[in-house]
Amino acid sequence: MSSQNHDPNIWQRLHLDLPLLLGILSLMLFGLFVIYSAGGEDLALLERQLVRMGLSLAIMFIVAQINPEVFRRWAFPIYLAGIALLLGVHFFGEINKGAQRWLNLGFMEFQPSELIKLAFPITMAWYISKYPLPPKKRYLAGAGVLLLIPTLLIAKQPDLGTSILVAASGIFVLFLSGMSWAIVGTFVGGILAMLPVLWFFLMHDYQKTRVLTLLDPEKDPLGAGYHIIQSKIAIGSGGPWGKGWLDGTQSQLEFLPERHTDFIFAVIGEEFGLIGSALLLIMYLFVIGRGLVIASQAQTSFARLLAGSITLTFFVYIFVNIGMVSGLLPVVGVPLPLISYGGTSMLTLMTGFGILMSIHTHRRFVDR
Amino acid sequence: MPPRKRITMHDHAAEASLFKRRALFTFACVVILLSILLANLYHLQIISYKDYATRSNDNRIRVVPVAPSRGLIYDRHGKLLAENRPFFSLELIPEKVKDIPKILKELSQIIPITADEQQDFIASLKHHRRFKPLTLKNRLTEEQVALFSVNQHKFPGVAVVAGLKRHYLYNGLITHALGYVGRINDRDQARLRRSEQWKNYAATKDIGKLGIEKFYESLLHGKPGHLEEEVNNRGRTIRTLKSVAPQPGQDIYLTLDLDLQRKAMELLNGRRGSVVAIDPRDGGILALASSPTYDPNLFVHGISSKAYNKLLNSKSRPLINRATQGQYAPASTVKPHLALLGLDEKIITTKTRIWDPGFWQIPGVARKYRDWKRWGHGWVDVRDALIHSCDTFFYDLAYNTGVNKIAQFMEPFGFGKRTGIDIFEESAGIMPSKDWKRLRYNQPWYIGDTISVGIGQGYWTTTPLQLANAAAILANKGRRFTPHLLKSIKNSTSKIDTPIDELAPIELNDPQNWNIVNEAMRDTAHKKRFKDSPYTAAMKTGTAQVISVAQNTRYDADAIAEHFRDNALTIAYAPFENPRIVVAVVLENAGWGGANAGPVAKALLDEYMLRDTLEPLQ
Repeated sequence: MSSQNHDPNIWQRLHLDLPLLLGILSLMLFGLFVIYSAGGEDLALLERQLVRMGLSLAIMFIVAQINPEVFRRWAFPIYLAGIALLLGVHFFGEINKGAQRWLNLGFMEFQPSELIKLAFPITMAWYISKYPLPPKKRYLAGAGVLLLIPTLLIAKQPDLGTSILVAASGIFVLFLSGMSWAIVGTFVGGILAMLPVLWFFLMHDYQKTRVLTLLDPEKDPLGAGYHIIQSKIAIGSGGPWGKGWLDGTQSQLEFLPERHTDFIFAVIGEEFGLIGSALLLIMYLFVIGRGLVIASQAQTSFARLLAGSITLTFFVYIFVNIGMVSGLLPVVGVPLPLISYGGTSMLTLMTGFGILMSIHTHRRFVDR
Repeated sequence: MPPRKRITMHDHAAEASLFKRRALFTFACVVILLSILLANLYHLQIISYKDYATRSNDNRIRVVPVAPSRGLIYDRHGKLLAENRPFFSLELIPEKVKDIPKILKELSQIIPITADEQQDFIASLKHHRRFKPLTLKNRLTEEQVALFSVNQHKFPGVAVVAGLKRHYLYNGLITHALGYVGRINDRDQARLRRSEQWKNYAATKDIGKLGIEKFYESLLHGKPGHLEEEVNNRGRTIRTLKSVAPQPGQDIYLTLDLDLQRKAMELLNGRRGSVVAIDPRDGGILALASSPTYDPNLFVHGISSKAYNKLLNSKSRPLINRATQGQYAPASTVKPHLALLGLDEKIITTKTRIWDPGFWQIPGVARKYRDWKRWGHGWVDVRDALIHSCDTFFYDLAYNTGVNKIAQFMEPFGFGKRTGIDIFEESAGIMPSKDWKRLRYNQPWYIGDTISVGIGQGYWTTTPLQLANAAAILANKGRRFTPHLLKSIKNSTSKIDTPIDELAPIELNDPQNWNIVNEAMRDTAHKKRFKDSPYTAAMKTGTAQVISVAQNTRYDADAIAEHFRDNALTIAYAPFENPRIVVAVVLENAGWGGANAGPVAKALLDEYMLRDTLEPLQ
């Protein structure tokens, strides 16, 4: 016991990064309080979330023990398997809430898109880091193919939120790899040019409705606009100091839909006010900052790109979710990371943090 | 190998520094984007805070209006006439009952709920929120309430709920004066909106529809209170935040004398007719009876269309308030007023005598206007003419006066215009004149018309209330009041008498003329009807020939014969020296006035005067 206290490398030996772990744990703890309130003080709900957190932490711990080299070697095969499973979903998947996302494995239901979320940035980092950086244009084409296949397959399910996250994780790898600004500019311009195509040919009606609703939620206050209106009311009525824990009327009286899952940020805004929201953003900023530090300190390009992509994807979760809940972005199904009630995304996120820790704590072994 | 070759081409230091630059750039982007989120939150939570706080409260706070209880109505002695009775209904909260059909079956063993009612109830459940009580049965009897209460433990989720409904204690006895309340309909709603009263009726179900209930609606209704309740997104009440008690309507006391009213209705005994009794000292109406009547309670709970049509189409027209809307030829009951006119205008004097051969002729015209007494009264002066109700005398008087002068003189007695009684159902009657006939019929006035008016017939019509009022002015020797039903309003601690509306008195050229006429009426009364009366009285009877009935009734072959019979009328007051009560009686198609309406007037005065001597009013 005392030897651990004196040994500065105890965390190193456990393959854990203390600042990141503390950031994660404080977010989770905060999340537990909010879920308790948002879930109507349902202890069973809280218990399930606790179990999920424990499981996620265990997985993170296990993943952290694995040498990043292992991920690098297995990334592409897993990616291919993930694509195969996505195709499997396309042909045999179960329809749930109008979207085909789930694959019934007999004993459990499984979302192959979650696997892709992990495998894809690793694959991308592996692919890009094979060649000298900044990447040459011809490799970018290959990267584009790698990116488009899963993105389109997931978007087709349809799961706009996940496909955005997957595409973003790939794009972050490309950007961090030093892709020339000219290409970045062309790419951004291309996306802007694609928007009308997206609107008229690729987006589902319900997705269009979400965008239109964002522009004017009051047009359909009881239909599509209801979520956004109620969530903005919740946040706005929280004021600077909030209504207090367990005292948010919008959430406690159930005006707020999806209040312990995707719209949990509205509960935070309502019960803890601007102060609470800002505190949450600072906690997130800390985790992101630590992730980018880990990335910068990594010793291979692969590790750097992967760590950077994982960290920035984490940020995309935050931005898309809070942007959606506070009425800046259209409604897409992205949870508030580490806070929202729900299993799959937390497992994926924590696996990602496990990879970050693995990268950070295996440095010497990689190098020597 | 080519791949190996490429790897060797990696410049680790350069790649690391490139990455650092990019990472720094992305971190800056992250900070900017998070700032945008924060700026948006600042906009929502600080700048628009008030707006959203209001909307949040609008979401969660429901204001439930609470109806005030309606003011009670008493008679002049404080006897309750209209009250609010609790009525009980059986309600069921669907979410609290597991097996509704089973519960219904068990309930039906205690309280009769037919299979149809059970099915209707189960059907209506579909369109009902599960946590809101749904009425299973209305108007439970007290016995049923007691029976259910004993067994309540067997029926969780089922409850007896009490509400208040207007109840008229004496059913049809006072209907036409009290009126009734009924469910607020679209027209009531429109009227309330126009008068900006609608918000006071948010929780109120019933409103005065007729009579006192309608006229004094604003006094009786009161002001609603409200509950502020916190509700969830499905409208379920979570808790009550605030409660403001309603302000009940004011209790009112009427000038009516319940016992006299009852006596009047007993005397009418279902016959078509009306009795009005007024206290001549202040214009307070002691009895306002119209017969036949109906039970106003029927309307409170919503009358069936069958029952309503029966009332509406009844030949005897119970819905009409005969006392204020029935228009009858006053006949000989206005002879005292005509005599007064003749004396005061010096058309006749007490010395004037005429010879009555049993008829009267317009000078130079062959047509004979018959006296009711075929062989005539012989020589009569004004006193004789009043006591014997000599038509010939009054034919002559009217001929010498002219109709315009008659109309002018009768106007302050209230003929031909509404008295202003405090109920809305009132007709004006007709006090004919040359101008009136030209306007109404576009015809010239004929001398013969004047002759008919001279005995209170022809175009002249009055309501029983007008007759009573005119008689009261006579008895009062010119003092005039607006007849009214409201006596006082109950304040929190005391009764406040409503101000008496006294009108400018009628000033005669010679006030002595009042006495001549009133004494003739006294002598009329005491000659026969009041011969053995322990108190003094004055009266005048009348018998009106009927051409058509009071209202524009359709002619019905079966009814014609009866409807052609004469209307019997009487005015009377007592005591002669210091009148305290004036009555007017009209009996439709009853025949001779003296024989039919006279006893009714006598019995009423007896009731009032003799009761007074036993138990005098203060």
